[in-house]
Amino acid sequence: MSGTSRPLTVAVTGLNATDNPAPGVGVIRSLRAEPAFQGRVVGLAYDALDSGLYARDIGLDEGFLIPYPSQGVEALRERLRAIHAEAPLDVVIPTLDSELPAFIELEGELRRWGIQTFLPTRAQLELRSKAHLAELGARAGLEVPAQRVLTDAAEVFRLGPELPYPLVVKGVFYGATVAQGPDEAAAAFHATVARWGLPVIAQRFHAGEEYDVVAVGDGRGGMVGAVPMRKLLLTDKGKGWAGVAVKDPSLLDAARRFFAATAWRGPCELEILRTAEGRYLLIEVNPRFPAWCFLAAGAGQNLPWAVVRLALGDPPTALPDFRAGTLFVRIALDQIASIDDLQALATAGALRLAREGA
Amino acid sequence: MDGTQRLRDLAVSESGFVFDPYTGHTFSLNQTGRVVLEALRGGASVDQIVADLREGFAVDPGTDLARDVREFLLLAREQGWTTAQAEVP
Repeated sequence: MSGTSRPLTVAVTGLNATDNPAPGVGVIRSLRAEPAFQGRVVGLAYDALDSGLYARDIGLDEGFLIPYPSQGVEALRERLRAIHAEAPLDVVIPTLDSELPAFIELEGELRRWGIQTFLPTRAQLELRSKAHLAELGARAGLEVPAQRVLTDAAEVFRLGPELPYPLVVKGVFYGATVAQGPDEAAAAFHATVARWGLPVIAQRFHAGEEYDVVAVGDGRGGMVGAVPMRKLLLTDKGKGWAGVAVKDPSLLDAARRFFAATAWRGPCELEILRTAEGRYLLIEVNPRFPAWCFLAAGAGQNLPWAVVRLALGDPPTALPDFRAGTLFVRIALDQIASIDDLQALATAGALRLAREGA
Repeated sequence: MDGTQRLRDLAVSESGFVFDPYTGHTFSLNQTGRVVLEALRGGASVDQIVADLREGFAVDPGTDLARDVREFLLLAREQGWTTAQAEVP
């Protein structure tokens, strides 16, 4: 019997939905868009004011605060144990880079409790890290920009000819700054270290158009589904505020090669640059759903639902084709909530929502 | 993929709005541009397209339609919709 034929409770992290939103809201909306899913959705948030916690109309049933990743695995384990006792979970979908190592470490223990996940292995997570992009490119047969991993700001003054200016200074988890010269690169290095720590990556800048691919790997080298997107509108932080699903076979081929080379298990986002000469450069692989993943469901491939099914042990099946030309256009809304909601989260770390239409 | 597959895969609306599903780019064509694009999609040669335009529109006798159509073809190549080899001479 399929593991998804009964009412499920799925927990989703990443509910901070600002102008640089975490992916949680998109994942929850995708689950709620799936007719076969009639279960409950539990939000796991880091702050009582994470805006997704108050989004009753997206289909959240309950919200719980969890400890920040910096508090360590033990704190997360104990909090998840308490949440599971209060609201038994079937599946958890972590959506933030920084929390993945802890969830991967807890994967076996969560399974013993009855909570399923569908995550990459620690080795896969490490291989796709920004510091190992060249190795990943060579293994997958994908072109990647030249880069160097830096641990000292002075290194930006003696980069070789393969890294001319301008270049991109990147943090190990997030952040990218284009530096026009060594002084700007040194300043970006220090700002990046202050926020994300070492190492820092100096990556060759290429002009071109960026495409992003949200995809799910089956953990055996296969691709369950993938939807490429071109951003149509950017915020001042460079985040996509509108985008369109596209069907460039080269982008889908790049995703297939990535999965074949890594046997990636779970969701990811590939950032690919198409240069004016028609070269495709893999810039980055994010090890989780992107914030815009609801576009995939809207275009015909419900990738978060596929992850739930895979987590529950359903055999991987290729998803139907998607509709190129499907758009997402984001909107900022003021949500109305009660002070009681904030009080419940601030004091008990939990909020029960009376869902609209439920 | 043959040299005109991209051309055939374009989504073209009645109003001349064009969506390229490979790149996500959009374009707006006027009425003559739309006629040229549809003719190219149908495999017409430059001469055939010029004849279509002369038949369908009031064209000044001095207008170099062939040059205009070739310019359109160059733009189509820049977008990767067609290749010189694939075009009907």
